[in-house]
Amino acid sequence: MAKGMSEPAIKFQGVFRAFGDVMAVRDLDLEIRTGSVAVLLGPNGAGKTTTIRLSTGALAADSGQISVLGLDPRVDAGKIRQLSGVVPPKPAFYERLSGRANLQFAAKLWELESDRAIEESAQRFGISGSLDSDVGGYSTGMRTRLALARAVLHDPAVLFLDEPTAGLDPESARAVLALITELAGKGRTVVMCTHLLHEAEGIADQVVMMSEGHAWVAGPPDHLVNEYWDDRRVHLDAENREALAVVKEFEGVVASETNGFVTVELDDLNKLPALVQRLVTQGVRLTRVEPVQPTLEQLYFEMQRHHRGEEATS
Amino acid sequence: MNWHRAWAVTRTDLQQLAKSRDYWLPMGLLAGLFFVVVPVVALNVIASAQGSDAIEQIGTVLQSLPISIQNNIQGDSPEVRAAFAIAVYLLAPIAIIVPLTIAAAVGSNTIVGERERGTGEFLAHSPITERELYAGKLLAALIPGYASTLVGFGVYSVLVNLIVGPKLGGWFFPTAGWWVLILWVVPPFIAIALSLIVRISARVQSAAAAQQAASLVSLPVIVVSYAVASGLIYDPLRSGLATGALAWLTAYILVITGAKSLRRETLLGIGIGAGKRVAVPRIQEGIAGPAKG
Repeated sequence: MAKGMSEPAIKFQGVFRAFGDVMAVRDLDLEIRTGSVAVLLGPNGAGKTTTIRLSTGALAADSGQISVLGLDPRVDAGKIRQLSGVVPPKPAFYERLSGRANLQFAAKLWELESDRAIEESAQRFGISGSLDSDVGGYSTGMRTRLALARAVLHDPAVLFLDEPTAGLDPESARAVLALITELAGKGRTVVMCTHLLHEAEGIADQVVMMSEGHAWVAGPPDHLVNEYWDDRRVHLDAENREALAVVKEFEGVVASETNGFVTVELDDLNKLPALVQRLVTQGVRLTRVEPVQPTLEQLYFEMQRHHRGEEATS
Repeated sequence: MNWHRAWAVTRTDLQQLAKSRDYWLPMGLLAGLFFVVVPVVALNVIASAQGSDAIEQIGTVLQSLPISIQNNIQGDSPEVRAAFAIAVYLLAPIAIIVPLTIAAAVGSNTIVGERERGTGEFLAHSPITERELYAGKLLAALIPGYASTLVGFGVYSVLVNLIVGPKLGGWFFPTAGWWVLILWVVPPFIAIALSLIVRISARVQSAAAAQQAASLVSLPVIVVSYAVASGLIYDPLRSGLATGALAWLTAYILVITGAKSLRRETLLGIGIGAGKRVAVPRIQEGIAGPAKG
């Protein structure tokens, strides 16, 4: 890696890129920390794929500054690509060649000396048995596994995954997510583009919401929850559940709902400690006190609602 | 320039070609037609025909050639002299036509093929440079083209010697002119055509369009090389070396400029046939973009 861990792995500052009269990336600011898993969320045409292409220098920016692993793609694109792995949305291969021949080709491009990396990578993604068959006969799942094997063959410092689980069976999708978790554990930076919000759930250290080529919200999921999620509901449960019935009469409780456990809505979430204390003094043996957390999907639509509101007022 | 990477591209393309029966079968038939069928039929007919009109006409043509060339034509009878002339002079241009056709068929599909398959995206994100890719693709088309020349030339030599040789008292082929043609002139002509065809392949939208355009490029090259080959066989040492040298120089210039003209974005299908890109105002340095102005 070219720079220390304190440097962001990827940094975009005021980046523009147009195709004809279509602005694919517009004033894009982005900062992805080294060793983090960043998820670029957004609908089709949001600029996610272009962002990846700009990062590896496959595309040149019209203006603005990009830094990947401390390197400038305008100057050191070759070094960046040497340190990067990319899984495109529809992985393509030389169909008439075997999986092994395809991996050998990649190994040559990345100047890997031995076949050991190929064997290890194939084993890791469960395609060792079909490595000598022509790729033309591979299923969608096998092709994605081969694409993953190819992308990590050279142990990249940054891995870009562009819609990696699109059209995959659950097992293959799981392999993708397991890879991301594994790489993040090893300190690698992972950038995943998706419009499937449930995929990003639980693995994202950083979420970037993109739309029309612009990143309009970015940050760790918990920060985004604090900023955008205004839900004052709390799940409560207790060993003696019937004792929880009193909670609806407490001051500040706007509504309550019982569904085995109890969900209460407060007029102010700051009243929660007092509520808990009162329940305990009344002999309720609490087993769960949990503010309602949004799913990423809920958060996404909430942020989108905010964004549209801001746009409407500006 | 990393030749290992360039060679990896060449090797991968050749591996695919070897598995593409739909490619090498028609190309093999073409080579077989020009290097085997046509010479065998023509030479057998001429060598065995006695006193026919065709022999007389060929004899008339031969008499119109310069004395120095007429002196080079071997054989005691008009039939053998006619067979010798056809074998050595008239069929020479096939040594150009066949390899150029084969190389053009491969070359036209090189870059556009990567794009159509989607492997262009993989290459665009890989460490390979545009020059390495260009060199690899050029070699991948040049090798089958030139290999077909060498194999065809070998087969043709054997056939010519077997059919006409006994009547001349032994093996007489290849002549000096053919050696110059095959080793010195044909390679740069293939390279010239391919340097243009690979450029085209990077700029067109489909393989079909690339093949059409490749035909347009290779046709004049074939015509020029046909003329060169014919003249060269008549006067190998005077014009052959000079022509070859000029062709090598031209090929070198075209290959170098061709390598520089290949843009990475074309592997992604961007900027192909859509006219000029309308870019946002370019900011020289710093972060500022139009929206921040």
